[in-house]
Amino acid sequence: MLTDLTITAAAGALRRGDFTARELTQAHVDAVAALNPRLNAFITVTSERALEQAEAADAALAAGEAGVLAGIPLAIKDLFCTAGVRTTAGSRILEHFVPPYESSVTANLLRDGAVFLGKANLDEFAMGSSNMTSAFGRVENPWKRVGDAEAMLVPGGSSGGSAAAVAARLVMGATGTDTGGSIRQPAAFCGLAGIKPTYGRCSRWGVVAFASSLDQPGPFARTVGDCALLLGSMAGFDAKDSTSVDLAVPDFAAACRRGVAGLRIGVPREYRADAMPEAMERLWRQGLQWLRDAGAAIVDVSLPHTKYGLATYYIVAPAEASSNLARYDGVRFGRREDGHDLTELYERTRAAGFGAEVQRRIMIGTYVLSAGYYDAYYLRAQKVRALILRDFTEAFGQVDALLTPTAPTAAFAQGEKMDDPIAMYLNDVFTVPASMAGVPAMSVPGGLDAQGLPLGLQVIGRPYDEETVFAVSQVIEDAAGFSAMPAIRAGVAA
Amino acid sequence: MSYTIEGATGIWEIVCGLEVHAQVISRSKLFSGAATDFGSAPNTQVSFVDAAFPGMLPVLNEECVAQAVRTGLGLNAQINLTSRFDRKNYFYADLPSGYQISQFAHPIVGRGEVEIELADGSTRQIGVTRLHLEQDAGKSLHDQDPARSFIDFNRCGVALMEIVSEPDIRTPEEAGAYLRKLRTVLRYLGTCDGNMDEGSMRADVNVSVRHAGEAFRTRCEVKNVNSIRFVMLAIEAEARRQVEVWESGGEVVQETRLFDPARQATRSMRSKEDAHDYRYFPDPDLLPLVLDQGWVEGLRAGLPELPDAKRARFVRDYKLPAYDAGVLVAEQSTADFFETVARGRDARLAANWITGDFFAALNRTGRTIETSPVPAGDLGALLDLLGDGTINGRIAKEVFEAMVETGAAPGEIVERRGLRQVTDTGAIDAAVDAVLAANPDKLAEYRGGKDKLFGFFVGQVMKAMEGKGNPGLVNEALRGRLAS
Repeated sequence: MLTDLTITAAAGALRRGDFTARELTQAHVDAVAALNPRLNAFITVTSERALEQAEAADAALAAGEAGVLAGIPLAIKDLFCTAGVRTTAGSRILEHFVPPYESSVTANLLRDGAVFLGKANLDEFAMGSSNMTSAFGRVENPWKRVGDAEAMLVPGGSSGGSAAAVAARLVMGATGTDTGGSIRQPAAFCGLAGIKPTYGRCSRWGVVAFASSLDQPGPFARTVGDCALLLGSMAGFDAKDSTSVDLAVPDFAAACRRGVAGLRIGVPREYRADAMPEAMERLWRQGLQWLRDAGAAIVDVSLPHTKYGLATYYIVAPAEASSNLARYDGVRFGRREDGHDLTELYERTRAAGFGAEVQRRIMIGTYVLSAGYYDAYYLRAQKVRALILRDFTEAFGQVDALLTPTAPTAAFAQGEKMDDPIAMYLNDVFTVPASMAGVPAMSVPGGLDAQGLPLGLQVIGRPYDEETVFAVSQVIEDAAGFSAMPAIRAGVAA
Repeated sequence: MSYTIEGATGIWEIVCGLEVHAQVISRSKLFSGAATDFGSAPNTQVSFVDAAFPGMLPVLNEECVAQAVRTGLGLNAQINLTSRFDRKNYFYADLPSGYQISQFAHPIVGRGEVEIELADGSTRQIGVTRLHLEQDAGKSLHDQDPARSFIDFNRCGVALMEIVSEPDIRTPEEAGAYLRKLRTVLRYLGTCDGNMDEGSMRADVNVSVRHAGEAFRTRCEVKNVNSIRFVMLAIEAEARRQVEVWESGGEVVQETRLFDPARQATRSMRSKEDAHDYRYFPDPDLLPLVLDQGWVEGLRAGLPELPDAKRARFVRDYKLPAYDAGVLVAEQSTADFFETVARGRDARLAANWITGDFFAALNRTGRTIETSPVPAGDLGALLDLLGDGTINGRIAKEVFEAMVETGAAPGEIVERRGLRQVTDTGAIDAAVDAVLAANPDKLAEYRGGKDKLFGFFVGQVMKAMEGKGNPGLVNEALRGRLAS
């Protein structure tokens, strides 16, 4: 089936003329039509636009001027502003917002010929780990527990729609953003590869901000090599983002073929959570063995401040969010609920426009920045953040990359963990430290748990050394031979 | 000059510090590419960054940084090679992002000083605490519609320099002198146009009062005073109010107040309890601002001669009195005008003409030095005609008035109107004879000892010659005739 192809294979076939971009896109448009009503992976579907882009790609292919992603159907997390296409951030407050500008990352993808099938569902303003906080409804994970077709699993979050769409073969790849794990955790929950590159590698210009010092765009795909292809297009210096890094974009696809012979891979002892399921434990050990077999040396390392990562994250991210979301005030764009005076307009607009989780984080963030609390919370969190970065810097003095689980468990069911925000936040315990340090980290599927659900391994690398991350991830992917497919996918079930 | 308020409990002195917001002269805004022109149609100079659309990010404008550094150098201040931008969070309709990007903890410019000169000729140093860069807000318009408010975002995001003084100011006069001097320096540097009536320079005034020798008492901040005169009046009004509060047994509470020029009084705007909690934190969209010392030195090398140095040079090189030099350097354009006129001529005469007849003519015609009907070259030419004896001093005034009226060159006016000084002794002698013949009684009185009549005869001769007689030759001829 066309929808089962990898991006790398499809790109070759399009150039050989095995099929047209229009045919490839049509197959995915049909899959979206069939499955999106159930999965709710997209907030906005742009089939017509996608078919026009596919025809343009065919013309470019015929003319020999096609970009590296010509005709490849993608989903775009609805946090990326797309010119002329509604961009909601999963929030009622932006329900009807149509940006007149294109984010730098999506502009790069369009430059390279990609086809956008629509805007993917997400937790509201990317705040969540289950895609349950979206104002446009929950997303169903296309994977099912063995023998339990009823339980609706979460795809993870916040980029849950992106992950579900790629896993169910509605698209070949997707963009996500990762603030504390929002690419890696859904990738793990949906059996995908997903990378959060180094902070500054991809431009944040035109991406609706959640926590500016942490937000970083990155790709999802079904293989490590496809992620390399997508990141190569998305990345690059952007003068419009002052935190973007002026470094050449390496050939990530080539890096995937480097192997790990001679590399030193660290195992951070602080990542051994007490309550980690046996299957996750076993996969982690298995992953280390695969790397050892491929010629890497395994080294125990310590990241002593790991235990403060989550607490620190839940101070820094809400603090920045409370400020970043102040612009949604009903004055210039987005939802407005009129009031008798300005204060009432603000209160009514923001009460109606923001969901409970967003309101909770705005309040936490406002609190930790307040006079009298700033030193105890925000300032201390910044100091701990510096220590977390130092942990990684010291570890990378001994090793070339780290291997950890991506999340403590496989995907959980909708409704589970919903009454206790802290239990939900614990999902991010393994992903948050790399975010706090700004280092690149990738989740790659390693196997299935006893219930037949995918589990992910996380590869963490040095700043700007995504190449080693790709090399290690590729070795794991090759060794794991992960070929399981979700129960719900194009051409199988509806 | 001491300025105190005499109260029932003794003598009170004023303690005052000023926070000046000076709009930076730059083509585009502090963090966006939108233009900064004053007076454009509402909301025509607004980028998506200024309007805080989702996903928009600030990018620092290097020219605004250079302007702040130039200003810091002009104030003899410490330039901080590392500074940082913070967010100051508060909600208001004309603040699109819900925060102002400012420099709270680490400003770009540290301590400096401004020398002020007072009417009695004395000078004082007023300390500058810091200068930092920040964004201006938009403008709320509440008078366009009975039910609705409108917002103009043109000004939103324009760079401001906030220049904070030490509480060194003790009198309204010092506050006025400080603001005038600061404005002069900013204009020389070309970093702010200093137009308070257009709002490109605004002042917040911090005032407290105390008995001499006491520690500082509670201060109040009077916001957004928009002229130097109002600043001086606001200080006086606020100080008097505070003295009354203290003397009636009350306590001055720290608060923000507004000055009402019509009532010449301040009124409470918000108390400390209502004060915003701005929740400052470093802006994560911007990296720390790190300057290269060499870049700063390049800016230093490009600075123009500043007013203090220029005044000293005028006194030294042109032998001008300090006061005159001070008047001439207050505006760069006046100083340039003076130097053009004075070059190769009698500098004191040039200074006298400029501060006298020339300024009077500008005042009378409502012109500025830039739009003056008399260019510097023409005034110089007039002084040349005076110097080489082509015209006398009295005729020079007449020629100058004609220059103001017609814009014509002095030589042309002299020729056209036949104002050339008469030095022909025959003509002068004839005029003298005629005057003496016509006034036999005055002549007799003079000869009888009434020496004062000499002036009368000079006047009559000049009148007969239509003012064009060479005064020296006329005197000489008269003296000869009267003595014989």
